[in-house]
Amino acid sequence: MLTVPIETMLIFAGLLFLIGLVGLLTRRNLIFMLMSIEIMFNSAGLVFIIAGRHWKQADGQVMFIFILAVAAVEVAIGLALLLQVYHHYKTLDADSVGKLKDNNQ
Amino acid sequence: MNFFFYLAAAIALISTIMAISGRNAIHALLNLIISLLAVSVIFYLLDAPFIAALEVIIYAGAIMVLFIFVTMMLNIGTEKKIEKRWLNPRVWIVPSILAALLLVDFILIINGLQIPEPVDETLNTKQVGISLFSTYVLAVEIAGILLMAGVIGAYHLGSQKKKVTHRFLKK
Repeated sequence: MLTVPIETMLIFAGLLFLIGLVGLLTRRNLIFMLMSIEIMFNSAGLVFIIAGRHWKQADGQVMFIFILAVAAVEVAIGLALLLQVYHHYKTLDADSVGKLKDNNQ
Repeated sequence: MNFFFYLAAAIALISTIMAISGRNAIHALLNLIISLLAVSVIFYLLDAPFIAALEVIIYAGAIMVLFIFVTMMLNIGTEKKIEKRWLNPRVWIVPSILAALLLVDFILIINGLQIPEPVDETLNTKQVGISLFSTYVLAVEIAGILLMAGVIGAYHLGSQKKKVTHRFLKK
């Protein structure tokens, strides 16, 4: 029987989310940015599982399944967009994809 | 049991940090798979064996393989100079300190919370399935529509089309 206090588990999930956020903010490579988003999705799902286990409600695990579906769709669309970006610009640098930016200002 | 939780949590944190800070995309993805497997162990310890299996099959199995295929297709070499500058500690140390301060805030708030004691029942996968297909059946339908939209969108974006310009824009 696991007797780790719920606070410790929530802090662990928060740490994972924080790592994902820092990765999203510091990396400029589109693949790494998508990976960071996946990490953040995963830690959010972890919080649902922790809370669902604490109150013995099935809703937490149900929500995790929905998060999984959303993450799968997000990755499929994101990678398709990434391939198109690479096709057009021959780079994965997020800063180089700035064609919509107004340079006249 | 608690030892296994702390071990898996430490593995997850270390491998996630290595995944984020790695230079090589393939190495980072393999580190991320280790992290997802560690989180799956934690799900198993949290009395959610079905979710642990889903994590391995869908996250580590399907999503990460998709990432690895794309990385191999693009044959990504060394990173750009600008990213090297971004990875310089001097640039990200201040945002990281701010984020760490927020984390301390979060830890203090969580430790001060009055969380009610857990109820003494058992939760099994059968209840999850019943809840999924009775209470949340509408959400399942919406998730199905979302997946459909994702399939169509990925097909549309992924197909290699000839570059088409509008007839007014043609020179």
